[in-house]
Amino acid sequence: MTSETQPAVDLDEGTALLVEPSAMPRRERILKTLLHSRELSIAIALLVVIAAATIKSPDFVFSATGWRNLLLTPAMMLLLAVGQAVVIITRNVDLSVGSVLGLSAWLTGELFIAHPGIPWIVGFGAGLLAGAVLGLVNGVLVGYGKVPALVITLGTLYIFRGIVLTWAGSSIISASQMPDGFLNLGTAQILTIPVLFIIAMIIVVAVGYFLQTARSGRELYAIGSDPDAAVLYGLPVRRRVIGAFVLSGALAGLAGVVYAARYGTVSSDAGTGIELQAVAAAVVGGVAIFGGSGTVWGASIGAVLLVTINSALPMVGISDFWQQALVGALIIAAIILDRVLAARQARKLIEARDEQ
Amino acid sequence: MPNPHSAAMLQLNDVSKSFGPVVALRSVNLEAHAGSIHALVGENGAGKSTLVKIVAGVHRRDGGDFVLDGQPQDFGSTAESKTAGVAVIYQEPTLFPDLSVTENIFMGRQILGRGRRIDKAAMYAEAERLFAGLGVHIDPRRPALGLSIADQQIIEIAKAISLDAKVLIMDEPTAALSGVEVERLFTVARQLRDEGRAVVFISHRFDEVFALCDTVTVMRDGSYIATRPIAETRIGEIVNLMVGREVADLFPKQETEVGDVVLDVAGLTSPGVFHDVSFSVRRGEIVGLAGLVGAGRSEIARAVFGVDRYAAGTVTMKGRPVPTASPHAAIRSGMAFIPEDRRQQGLVTDGSVAENIAAVIRQHLTKGGLLTRAAENKAVTPWASRLEVKTSSLDAPARTMSGGNQQKVVIAKWLASEPDLLIIDEPTRGIDVGTKSEVHRLLSELAGQGMAILMISSELPEVLGMADRVLVVCEGRLTAELSRDEATPERVMHAATASQEMAS
Repeated sequence: MTSETQPAVDLDEGTALLVEPSAMPRRERILKTLLHSRELSIAIALLVVIAAATIKSPDFVFSATGWRNLLLTPAMMLLLAVGQAVVIITRNVDLSVGSVLGLSAWLTGELFIAHPGIPWIVGFGAGLLAGAVLGLVNGVLVGYGKVPALVITLGTLYIFRGIVLTWAGSSIISASQMPDGFLNLGTAQILTIPVLFIIAMIIVVAVGYFLQTARSGRELYAIGSDPDAAVLYGLPVRRRVIGAFVLSGALAGLAGVVYAARYGTVSSDAGTGIELQAVAAAVVGGVAIFGGSGTVWGASIGAVLLVTINSALPMVGISDFWQQALVGALIIAAIILDRVLAARQARKLIEARDEQ
Repeated sequence: MPNPHSAAMLQLNDVSKSFGPVVALRSVNLEAHAGSIHALVGENGAGKSTLVKIVAGVHRRDGGDFVLDGQPQDFGSTAESKTAGVAVIYQEPTLFPDLSVTENIFMGRQILGRGRRIDKAAMYAEAERLFAGLGVHIDPRRPALGLSIADQQIIEIAKAISLDAKVLIMDEPTAALSGVEVERLFTVARQLRDEGRAVVFISHRFDEVFALCDTVTVMRDGSYIATRPIAETRIGEIVNLMVGREVADLFPKQETEVGDVVLDVAGLTSPGVFHDVSFSVRRGEIVGLAGLVGAGRSEIARAVFGVDRYAAGTVTMKGRPVPTASPHAAIRSGMAFIPEDRRQQGLVTDGSVAENIAAVIRQHLTKGGLLTRAAENKAVTPWASRLEVKTSSLDAPARTMSGGNQQKVVIAKWLASEPDLLIIDEPTRGIDVGTKSEVHRLLSELAGQGMAILMISSELPEVLGMADRVLVVCEGRLTAELSRDEATPERVMHAATASQEMAS
C-alpha cells in the first residue's frame, strides 16, 4: 500500500531510487541514475581494455594509425548494433543483418562498376534503400506470419546470402573497380576523427534521441515489455515491429556500404557471421534479450567494446582461443548480470511495498 | 444517489455472441447510467467476461444493439473502444513492467512538446495531479514493476480518467485486494460516479455489491435474467436469480454407502496461500470443495497430491502418511489428480487415445523393458469402452476430440491406475451442457463403486447437486463444512465470502 503521503525514509538509497525517485532532488536523482546505469559500467570496462592495451603498447592509442583504427574499426558494428538493439527492444531479433550487409556491399560495388561517374552519396542511398527493403521483408513476415522472428530471420539469413552467392559467384569486386572518392571516405578524417565513425555516431545519436523522445519510440519499449498489454492498450503493434525491422535492415544496408568503403574489396561472403556479434554487442550493452529495456547508447558502447577487445587482446599477448572464450564469457556474464539485477530490483520493489 | 432521469450512457440490447459451436451469450441487456454504479453478477461461465470484452472491443458481437452515449457502436479493436470513452479495469491489470508509472498511463498518447517531442516534465506533473485527485500516493517516476495489484488498478483508473472515459468497467477488481485496499477502491469508484461517469462493477461478493452499487443486473448461462434497484432487493433474491433452477433434477446423484476414511488431511498450511486446512474424504463419498476463484482450492489440491510443497500439516492415505512434494509417492499411495487445465496438464494432445490412457500404467505394461502398441491397446480397451469415449479408434490423436471426450480420456487415464481417491479440479469446465451430465453420471457411478472423490468446482449447482459433503474455502481457510441437506446456495455463498464480511 502506498496510500499515505510520506517520503520513504526507512528505505536504503538504492531502493529509494526505485520506489521514490521523485522524493530526491533533481540533480541527485540524475547522478544516482547515471551511477546505477549499465552504460556507465560498460564504458568503464571499455576504458580499462583500452588503458591495458595502451600501457602494453602506447601505439594502440598514441599513433596516427592506432587512433584511426580505434575509431574506424567499430563504425560498421556500431550501425549493426543500433539496429539490432531497436529490434531486440521489441522482443524480436534480426539474424539476417550479416546477409543484408553482404548483399548491400555487393550491390554498391556493382553500382559503381555499372555507373563509374556517379557521386559516392548515391552509393550510400542505394545501400540504405536496399537494406530497408530487405528489412521490410523480414518485418512483414514477422508481423503477419505469427512465427518467432528468430525462425523468420534465420530463414532470410540463408535466402539473402543465397542471392549474393548467385549474383557474385566466386568473383570479387576489387578496389580498382570503385571510384577513388568513395574509397577515400574509408580513410578520410575530420580533425583526426574518421568520417565513417562520424556517420555512425550521427546515426547512434539520431536513433537514441528518437527512442527517448518520440511516441513511436516509446511504443517500441512498451511492445517489448508486454506484447499482450500493448494490444490491449490499442498500440499499432504490427506497424511498429515492421518499422523496427525496416530500421535494422536499413542500417545493415548502410553498414554494407561502410564495409565496401573501408575494405575496398567485396566478395560474396562479406559480413558472414557478423549478426551474432551484433546481438552480442546489444546484450553486453544492457539491452534485455526479452525486450522492453536497454538503450542504443549501451548497445553502441557494447559494440565498441567487442570490436576493441578483438584488437586489444593480441596487444596484451592473449592467444586467439582465449579471445573468443573471453568474448563468450562476457556475453554470458552480461546475461547473468541482467537476470540477477532484474531479480534484485523486483525483490526490492516488492519488499518496499510490504514496508509501507 | 443516481439521477433516475439521466440518459443511459451504455446500452446493450439482445446482444449475442458465439465462439464456434459454443454459445457464450444468448441474449443480454444492460443499461448503465451516468452517475451510477451498476453491478453485474452471475455465476462463473454466465457470460460476464464475454460481455465486458465486447464492450472493450476485444470481441465483436454477433447480434443485438450496442449504444454508447446515444451513438450506435461496433468496436473492432480496443483502440476504438478507448477513443469512444470506454475503460476496463481488469482483475489483474496488464501494465508494462519495465516502464515508469507515468509512461504506463500515457503510452500511445504521450503529451508532446516542441517539435512533437515527448514532454516528460508535463507528463510527470499530470500524473502527479491525477494521483492527487484520486487521493493516492504513487511516485510517477517509479517503474510499474513491483506494484501491488491494488496500485496497478489505480494506475488503470488514472489512465481512464486522463482519457476522460465515460464508462468504466471493473471486472472483479476486488478479488485480489485486502480490506483496506477494497475501501480505497470504493472511495475512488464513488468519486468517479459523482463526477458523472457510468461505472459497471462486476463482483462475486454480495456485501460489496450492496455496499457500493445502486442497481444490479443478473446474468445466467449467457442470458439476461433481471435488473433490480439495490434498495428494493436482498441477497436471497439475487442468489435465486443467479442459480435459477432446481439443482436436484440436473444431477442424477446415486445414494452410496459411505465407508472408511481414505484421505485425511490435518492442519495443512502454506503461508500466504492456505492456512490450517483439515478435512477427510471417505470411501464412496463425493466431497465438494467450493469457494470463489482464487480462494486457494486448487492450491490445496495440488499440495495434497504433492505438486506443491506445504510448510506444516500432514496428509494421510488409508492410515499411512504421504510424503510431501512427491506426486510419485501420492500416486503409489492410491491418489489420482485431474487438473483444471487438462489440455496443458492432463493430456498429451498429440498422442493417441491409447497412449494417453496408458500413460500412468505404462510401467506395468512393459515386457523386458519394451512397450508394444498391442499391449497398450489391450490394457486400455476396457477403460475406454467403460467411459464410452467416442473416437473412431484408439489411435486417433487426442487433440481431435471434443472437450467432453478429452475429459473422459483424462479420467480414463487415471482410472486405469485403479486409484482409491480421485481429486478432480473443475470437472466440467469448457464442456458443453450435454456432455456435462455424462461426466457427472460417471463421477456418481465411481463413488457408487466405492471410490473416494474430492471435487473442486466453481459452479454452485454442480457442487450442490453432486457432493455428499461441501467444504467451503474462503481466502485460504475452510469456512464451512455442510452436509448435503444443509448445503443451500445462500449458505455456501455466505461462507465463501465470510471473511470479507468480517473485515468490513
